[in-house]
Amino acid sequence: MWEALQFEFMRNALLAGILVSIVCGILGTLIVVNRIVFISGGIAHASFGGIGLAFYIGMSPALGAAIFALAVSMVMGIASVKNKERADTVIGVMWAIGMALGIILIELTPGYNADVMSYLFGSILTVPKSDIWYMLSLDILVFFVVFFFYKEFIAMSYDEEFAFVMGIPVRLLYFVLLAMISLSVVMIIRVVGLILVIALLTIPPYIAEKYTTSLAKTMVLSSLLGMLFTTAGLWFSYNYNIASGATIIMVGGVAFFISLALDAFGGKAEAKSSI
Amino acid sequence: MKKYAIEFKNVYFSYGKTEVLKEVTFALEQGDFLGIIGPNGGGKTTLLKLMLGLLRPDKGQILVLGEEPLKARHKVGYVPQSMDFNLGFPISAMEVVLMGRLGASRIGRRYSEEDKQKARRALERVGMWEYRHMPVGSLSGGQRQKVFIARALATEPKILFLDEPTASVDPDFQTDLYDFLKELNAEATIVVITHDIGVVSSYMKSIACVNKHLIFHEAGKITQEMLEMAYQCPVDLVAHGLPHRVLPTHGKK
Repeated sequence: MWEALQFEFMRNALLAGILVSIVCGILGTLIVVNRIVFISGGIAHASFGGIGLAFYIGMSPALGAAIFALAVSMVMGIASVKNKERADTVIGVMWAIGMALGIILIELTPGYNADVMSYLFGSILTVPKSDIWYMLSLDILVFFVVFFFYKEFIAMSYDEEFAFVMGIPVRLLYFVLLAMISLSVVMIIRVVGLILVIALLTIPPYIAEKYTTSLAKTMVLSSLLGMLFTTAGLWFSYNYNIASGATIIMVGGVAFFISLALDAFGGKAEAKSSI
Repeated sequence: MKKYAIEFKNVYFSYGKTEVLKEVTFALEQGDFLGIIGPNGGGKTTLLKLMLGLLRPDKGQILVLGEEPLKARHKVGYVPQSMDFNLGFPISAMEVVLMGRLGASRIGRRYSEEDKQKARRALERVGMWEYRHMPVGSLSGGQRQKVFIARALATEPKILFLDEPTASVDPDFQTDLYDFLKELNAEATIVVITHDIGVVSSYMKSIACVNKHLIFHEAGKITQEMLEMAYQCPVDLVAHGLPHRVLPTHGKK
């Protein structure tokens, strides 16, 4: 793989994988402990509507997806707060409508030539420099938001009711979290595609949670695991010439099942009490 | 005007079309030890959530320490009913107790040394300081209970609310807990939801029986009226084998 690093696209790909892993480690941990995996999946898929819209009106697909994902996440957030019992249905419906809208608008776009597959399954090998900068700024933004409001995020995630009683603006924090997720989803799509976003957000924290004793440690370990998955996935993808997004997820998937197998042999209890 | 710990004035509450509480009026003095009893689904937890500002009444007024519940939030401590949530959550006992300092510390800052000292004192008080680094999920039910009580104590509350604190612990701990609460009562008003009427009669200063309506009794006696209103109360009593201690003979149905 080292000789591959002479190519700029390969260096960009590696860098993109690392940057995305950081944001996935931080936000993915919050997604897992707050049990908002479904809503995050909904935001990722519905954002395809934004990509379609961007093509149709001729703006940057990343920007279109970002704005659209942001709007969708707020609506889904309101649905999950106002109508708890049917929130999953509302989110599921918006998930599907967003994708349908995307397909229709792309087909309607005259002279259409977008590679739909690259948005669905990612194309880490074609990440341009500009996206790297976007990823870096987002990493910094997400890091600082979570750093400054760390104790509030912990309280909200662990015991929302108690946090509310303590005067923490839990609603506001929840929507801030959704906003960060929607902005990040756009760049994670670059790496693994919108269909696979959820795996990169959830597999690393799911594994890391079991071997760590604080949320901050979970975030760090998740980020490192994400880097391992993206880098290893990229290596397999390059050497065996298979789709990068799917390969990255498969590496994560194998790790996921290994961790499950370790649980079955009692590895979990030991790992946690020894730290 | 006298400042009560908790004051309800003609409060109504319903979930959608289901009326849960109706015409609830009572005033609890500061320094009191209130036991809330009543059948399942009678509105006990709803009453507590109204006091905490987690729910808002449809009608009527609620004052906590003379203020709206939302404004008095930082002055109350709260021990939730279930301790079994989020067991896999990567969090230590100390971090849980520090949450009790959230109301006092500023948003967007780290916990101060003072916060840590207060959390430490709270943990020591319940005898859990040596477990401070343990993940909460790995503690036993009773130990977890103590951590949650320490969290409420770290708030330095004027009123301490506990929702069925003995539901998930062994009987030995139950007596210890109520002795401990009695001691705490010297510095804070205490409000406990409980199923255990035997405990009610020996520890509580006043009693409220809730079953849509609320009957408040300051002398800490369970009255025939309460039992008749909330028919399921005596069922609990008999189950605990203490019918004659707190109960007059059964009235005619």
